[in-house]
Amino acid sequence: MYPPDLEENLRLVEATRPGRLKRHIPRLNAEQKQELLRSYHPDYKADTMRSLKLGPNKGDATPVELADLLEGASRLDPDTLNLADPDYDVDVLVIGCGGAGASAALLAQENGASVLVTTKLRLGDANTVGAQAGTQAADRPEDSPATHYLDTMGGGHFDNIPELVEVLVKDAPSVIRWLEKLGVNWDKAPDGTLFELSGGGTSKRRLHSARDYTGLEEMRVLRDELRNRKIETLEFMPAIELLLDDAGRAAGAVLLNLETEELIVVRAGAVVLATGGIGRLHLQGFPTTNHYGATADGLVLAYRAGARLIFIDTMQYHPTGAVYPLQILGQLVTEKVRTLGAQLVNNQGEEFINHLEPRDIVASAIIRECGERRSGLTTPSGEAGVWLDSPMIDIIRGAGTVARELPAMVRQYRRYNIDISKEPILVYPTLHYQNGGIQIDTDGATTVPGLYAAGECTGGVHGRNRLIGNSTLDIFVFGRRAGTAAAAYALGNPRAVPGLAHVRHWLEETRGAGLNGDRPLSPRLLPSYTRQTHAYSRLK
Amino acid sequence: MSDQAKLIDIYIMGRHCRVPAGLTILTALEYAGYRIVRGCGCRAGFCGACATVYNFRNDPQLRFDLACQKAVEPDMCLVQLPFFPATRAGYALENLAPVNGTLAELYPDIVKCFGCNTCTKACPQELEVMWFMSDALRGDIKAVAEKSFDCVMCGLCAARCPQGLAPYNVALLARRLYGRYLAPASRQLDRRIEEIARGDFDAALEELKKASPDELKQRYAERDVEPAHDQTWE
Repeated sequence: MYPPDLEENLRLVEATRPGRLKRHIPRLNAEQKQELLRSYHPDYKADTMRSLKLGPNKGDATPVELADLLEGASRLDPDTLNLADPDYDVDVLVIGCGGAGASAALLAQENGASVLVTTKLRLGDANTVGAQAGTQAADRPEDSPATHYLDTMGGGHFDNIPELVEVLVKDAPSVIRWLEKLGVNWDKAPDGTLFELSGGGTSKRRLHSARDYTGLEEMRVLRDELRNRKIETLEFMPAIELLLDDAGRAAGAVLLNLETEELIVVRAGAVVLATGGIGRLHLQGFPTTNHYGATADGLVLAYRAGARLIFIDTMQYHPTGAVYPLQILGQLVTEKVRTLGAQLVNNQGEEFINHLEPRDIVASAIIRECGERRSGLTTPSGEAGVWLDSPMIDIIRGAGTVARELPAMVRQYRRYNIDISKEPILVYPTLHYQNGGIQIDTDGATTVPGLYAAGECTGGVHGRNRLIGNSTLDIFVFGRRAGTAAAAYALGNPRAVPGLAHVRHWLEETRGAGLNGDRPLSPRLLPSYTRQTHAYSRLK
Repeated sequence: MSDQAKLIDIYIMGRHCRVPAGLTILTALEYAGYRIVRGCGCRAGFCGACATVYNFRNDPQLRFDLACQKAVEPDMCLVQLPFFPATRAGYALENLAPVNGTLAELYPDIVKCFGCNTCTKACPQELEVMWFMSDALRGDIKAVAEKSFDCVMCGLCAARCPQGLAPYNVALLARRLYGRYLAPASRQLDRRIEEIARGDFDAALEELKKASPDELKQRYAERDVEPAHDQTWE
């Protein structure tokens, strides 16, 4: 049930549906896409960026919220912390435990390393669990890794790093099988044929799904396997600084126990950063689909340790974030809804963009529709949005498809008396994914020796726009590679002596750059959502 | 949230608070000043971190839900469940057999289930927990896997079971057994993995990697796009 004015507009959507079922808006050509992005995509708003004043990416345009943290102040005093007697001494330390961290930990252990995993929230509290639509892999006879490569490059506006995309597409089918051998339940036919769907920007059907709980299914299996393999895991203990030796090689990290506020020193032969994304920084004030801990911590740690970042000026705004009801504002409406056939419709009941365009294109079109064209709708709390015509799915694919393919979505809306198989969904773009991040090679190696990275905290794989189903592929491909390479590095090199000279050096550099005084502490660790009132103040 | 919104009375661990209608339990806690460390994860109904218990001032009956999904209602009494211990069997999946007795062997206590259905009532995903536990008792791995599929592993079933069982962990074992052993394998997937290992696609990929930006853009624009709707569904 929608409020009366929205309910009335719904009649228009229903009236135009039979016509819309027969014809689609054609996809845009390259120039039309560029024009749409330049005019409406949030990445192109110049006043939301500033150039970094120091560090390996000095001079690079960066979202202001991220720039403030990258140039932020350490939470540690490097001169008072005793590093001589570490609390843990391991071959490989994995920081962060979503899909990438878990894969890295499993592979590092398989390759003979002793492994410690540390994570800011619980094991598996990560963006991985919220991934709904699926994982790409070109395994059908009609498809090929080369086609997957071309789709991925095109989606990323040809800025992706070719070598990273190559290993992404070549490892993909093996990742599907690896996960299945670990016990992941893929959607498939009785004869074993995998069900595969198209997504925005894919030219072949190649999305492997587990209902609309794909990431959850992947994560709960990996988490169980970490426990079965008795890999030691620290929860609620984020890293607040990396440790380096005199030669600048990774040598461990300092962790913070969020509950007791104790500092924990970990000495390690190699470190894998798998800290995920950035959504909880709410760039440009956007709501986000990201989990509670997505505050770009890994970027801050790596940057201060001297690692290079790439494409940090490009974010993915998922075109279909919920705007009604208010309780689920910004939460993900999976792209699988579009994939299954739902069109995007404005307040005139018209389709305004082909529903299978890549995410940045669709997001820009929605922003244009609600802004300049004044063809959006407004919710009682004042949020703008357009219709995602989910009832088309059962019409196209048969009654019961929505219930079978989108149980999480059905459940989420049923709480608020909306039946998405009969009523469309109101959506607007929401901050979803960090396209760029720490620069890596095909082993997940960063520019700092002994420091590896995998998953959303890295950049290059997706260029300037990630395709659907390539992130839950990326995390496994590069998590496995980084874990393997980190183990080999740790076992093949003498264990480094940890130090914090780089933090001292950073402090001097920030002073040199005129950055003193009001810098925020970083990494951020958690967002602050408590109400700010004049009535109460807090102890530091 | 505008301060003009209608305020409702709720009670957080006994403390009276007035919060705007339209918040979730999670955002109401934050509105009331609680900075959450435990008990918050994806904030979207998938991770199970915010399993919560509540009742009402005039109705002591306990109710269960996910704090990020459930909207606050007048006179709600809220607590947070930071952690709840539950039995979990350790195993090597590759050494297990997907047979009738495996679930009961690893979780022998499931015979103690006396069918009180408290688990089902506690499930925020509205799963038929007691029914899949009875499937587990019969050793029907497939039935457990299907019925438990939408489990977010919040642990409320285990928190409420008077016999100390952990249905969500039993179900996870069943799904992993099903995924590895009982789900029909895709022969095409294996073929494709062999083709890649053999280097069948290396030349095509090399050509694309070497292509000039303009060439690549042209190949992209001209690529064959398969219709999205031609797959038949069961």
